[in-house]
Amino acid sequence: MTPMSDLTSIQRFHALANPARFMALSEKIVAPLAILTFALIATGLYFALFVAPADYQQGETVRIMYIHVPSAWLGMFGYMIMAGASAIALIFRHPLADVCAKSAAPIGAAFAFITLVTGSLWGRPMWGAWWVWDARLTSMLILFFLYLGYIALWATIEEPVRAARAAAVLALVGSINVPIVHYSVVWWNTLHQPASVFRIDGPQIASSMLVPLLIMALGFTCFFVTLLLVRMRAEILRRRVRALRLAKAGA
Amino acid sequence: MTRAFLALIVRDVALAVRVGGGGGMAVFFFLVVVAIVPLGIGPNLNLLGQIAPGLLWVALLLSSLLTLDRLFQADYEDGTLDILTMSSVPLELTVCAKIVAHWLTTGLPLVIAAPLLGLLLNLGVAQFPSLMLAMLIGTPALSFLGAIGAALTVSVRRGGLLASLLVLPFYIPVLIFGVAAAGGAAAIPGAGHQGLLLLGAVTLVSLVVGPVASAAALRANLKT
Repeated sequence: MTPMSDLTSIQRFHALANPARFMALSEKIVAPLAILTFALIATGLYFALFVAPADYQQGETVRIMYIHVPSAWLGMFGYMIMAGASAIALIFRHPLADVCAKSAAPIGAAFAFITLVTGSLWGRPMWGAWWVWDARLTSMLILFFLYLGYIALWATIEEPVRAARAAAVLALVGSINVPIVHYSVVWWNTLHQPASVFRIDGPQIASSMLVPLLIMALGFTCFFVTLLLVRMRAEILRRRVRALRLAKAGA
Repeated sequence: MTRAFLALIVRDVALAVRVGGGGGMAVFFFLVVVAIVPLGIGPNLNLLGQIAPGLLWVALLLSSLLTLDRLFQADYEDGTLDILTMSSVPLELTVCAKIVAHWLTTGLPLVIAAPLLGLLLNLGVAQFPSLMLAMLIGTPALSFLGAIGAALTVSVRRGGLLASLLVLPFYIPVLIFGVAAAGGAAAIPGAGHQGLLLLGAVTLVSLVVGPVASAAALRANLKT
């Protein structure tokens, strides 16, 4: 293996296709990234829970936002990673891309789930109901279903290469459909309840709330990347074990 | 190529008609679902008339899901699909022909049965034409999107359930616009027309995405 420092940047991207190289590099990154994640989330939580003011209308419940909004963002970000990695896997046959797509799915699904749960907890005091068929809630729920379908497809097809291709096709079709589903739901909702009660376009968010929110968003993103790396490492090792077992059984 | 395309449609329609278990079963399921609902929510005719368009659409969606697993699976199991893949006709076109045949044998009978079931649900006769038109435009999208799920799960034993789970989220726009086109007309002027146009747009998108994605999925599954 030629050392990374001798390569141009585009060659480095291709060189990462070598799982051994990826394992060596990710091993070095994971620990510092985990520490950074911890620091960011700890700082963000301190500001969010103690420093930031309570909302003049919503009171203390507004603090749910600091978990809810970053989760929602990462729920969608996860799908983008998954679809992007799937496209790379289908077009360039980059061997790490389908590992990445597979590993991103459960993390994205977990964030989507957290979004739904925290949103529901927030909705109870604010709207007086655990669940309302608002456009945003509905489209997040559907996104969650898409994640589950993707995970189920991976789980059902045993042979990894076949499963990877099929799942990549599904993720890409989903990425075409997600905007269509989203806008159809928005349209559906506005048809039934014009001038929705819970629009959040009141005053611009104050900087005392925006700063903790951004810190939390950054921390959650680091958390996502850390988990993604750990899961990708585990997936590569799992495939190695599978290959070794097959070789042993064949011998 | 056109001849091969048409021959494939004729073959699939003939198979569906003669073997049975396809479209006829879906229509029967449609009827049973619609008949069960009044038993569940009570025989209040006003309420039934109100929810009829939405209910008919939901039942239609479920019935068309039922027949998806046979779309490619029979041909996959007996090897016909391998031969079709090797022919000079592009796989996308082959898939397209199979989907059209699927629509002719399941989508169309369901649309024809819908008004009859509308009577059972006390749907106003004035609403029948708009409902039929919406279903006629929307059901091809169900076949074209459903084919993706069927193709993805073709090598999975008892893949029908998984295909349904994969495909149902994609059906949501069809459901929303279909109900708007069929039932929304009375509530808000112009909404029915708008729903119809959007439904047409969804169908056109599925017309492109469906065959391409299904063919890609089939290639992934056939490669061993």
